[in-house]
Amino acid sequence: MDLKDLYREVILDHNKSPRLFGRLDPADSAADGHNPLCGDRLHVSVRLDGDRVSDLRFEGKGCAISVASASLMCEAVKGKSRADIAHLFDEIHTVLTHHDAPVPEDLGKLAALSGVREFPVRVKCASLCWHTLNAALDHSASTVKTE
Amino acid sequence: MNANPKPVSGYDVERVRRDFPILAREVHGKPLVFLDSAASAQRPAAVIAAVDAYERLHHANVHRGVHQLSQEATAMFEQARERVRRFVNAASTREVIFTRGTTESINLVAQSYARPRLQPGDEILLTTLEHHANIVPWQLVAGQTGAKVRAVPMDRRGVVSLEDLAAHLTDRTRIVAVAHVSNALGTVLPVREITRLAHARGAVVLIDGAQAVPHQAVDLAQLDCDFYAFSAHKMYGPTGIGVLVGRERLLEAMPPWQGGGDMILTVSFEKTTFNELPFKFEAGTPNISGAIGLGAAIDYIDSLGLDNIHTHEQRLLDVATEKLLRVPGLTIVGTAPDKAAVISFTLDGIHPHDLGTILDSEGVAVRTGHHCAMPVMEFFGVPATARASFACYSRESDVDALVRALGKAREVFS
Repeated sequence: MDLKDLYREVILDHNKSPRLFGRLDPADSAADGHNPLCGDRLHVSVRLDGDRVSDLRFEGKGCAISVASASLMCEAVKGKSRADIAHLFDEIHTVLTHHDAPVPEDLGKLAALSGVREFPVRVKCASLCWHTLNAALDHSASTVKTE
Repeated sequence: MNANPKPVSGYDVERVRRDFPILAREVHGKPLVFLDSAASAQRPAAVIAAVDAYERLHHANVHRGVHQLSQEATAMFEQARERVRRFVNAASTREVIFTRGTTESINLVAQSYARPRLQPGDEILLTTLEHHANIVPWQLVAGQTGAKVRAVPMDRRGVVSLEDLAAHLTDRTRIVAVAHVSNALGTVLPVREITRLAHARGAVVLIDGAQAVPHQAVDLAQLDCDFYAFSAHKMYGPTGIGVLVGRERLLEAMPPWQGGGDMILTVSFEKTTFNELPFKFEAGTPNISGAIGLGAAIDYIDSLGLDNIHTHEQRLLDVATEKLLRVPGLTIVGTAPDKAAVISFTLDGIHPHDLGTILDSEGVAVRTGHHCAMPVMEFFGVPATARASFACYSRESDVDALVRALGKAREVFS
């Protein structure tokens, strides 16, 4: 267990200066995510252009892993189609939860989150934003929980 | 605060530590620094041995059977009850009910005492610093009866004033349920005075003593509360066993909470007669080894002396408070003048969850999160805190290790 694996430069940077932070108004859809265990709360708002997420923002409070993960996610999915986003979600989910899974090359900067899998209690921190985005895309108005 | 607190004379913390086998282990290649005793304290060898001896030599079901083992197990189980009675100075073992823990004890009172009595508009009075275990059971019974749950606010230090409490007592207040010691903040509540005020208005008083019994002597004859609940595992005993001490007159009048074996005298399909106290509230085969472990934990506490433990922990609290306040960006949450050895804190720019992970990598175990006290977190405007809590085996070098690990966290996030 190496802390440097968890708190990589990219993660610390995105925690300090989150990208696409804020709230789209008006938005085509939005959702709230809540991790009751650590009190993390996220709001993700999206603008859609047909099948694509043309723009999105997140805001909220949380640990470095959850903030960095949300920031990296927003960067990664902006402009992508629902199918591409679903594919990315599958990949990141596998990387976060499978100890030996290879890290796919097309993950790009999201690969920085692969260290989280060595810290099982922190996986929920990294996945909260993805569940929240999925809820927004599903037009679910209710709060998402990772518990 | 004493600037140069002296160690408690005659209290040899290194010797105490040798009684706790787990303290010798390493975590992530570093010596374990266990500062999470408020969540669950470690067990001394004496407790482990008592449970082990029971399992190896004496186990059988209790209160049944005439054979030798059953008699031995029954005697040991009932001796443990008497041990608990003396520990908190309850009037009789008829008032000492074994439960799964503080949570179950409070639920028992909510369902068996409160539920049949509460009328719509009646009030249950809590404080804002309560653990969820002393909130949710009351909300459930309020929902079942139409009663209302109210909470006495605290101030920015985490202190609940008697004036505020008195102002919240009304003619409709039926139950006052308060923590003896706050698990999230460490605040010690003036439970004796609270009980007096509540009784003067005709309310019944339950005290959640989970965080109090390991740290200070509790004398129920003096406190005069109606119900007192605590758990073994916060006081060096096993998990899954706890106690409800109740006033006999009230317990007598309460219906059983759960039905099953041990709580009955006779059963037919027409009518069941219930067993006498305390067995009326102990349906099913109890946690026998747990009760025996609890008895051994009380013996262990007595061998050190609760007053000595208290003095040792209070000195450590002073030292730790002073050293932590010197850490740049650190804020202590909960600054009541009368505190148990619990320090909740936040560090600027680092979320408690990240702090917990980094401290763990240094072998330092602290609790991070909302400590099952979300209203407390809400009040202080933080999502969570880190919490260091101390026990009889905690030492000053644990505090130094914590401070060093906090420095490491600063480095990671620099």
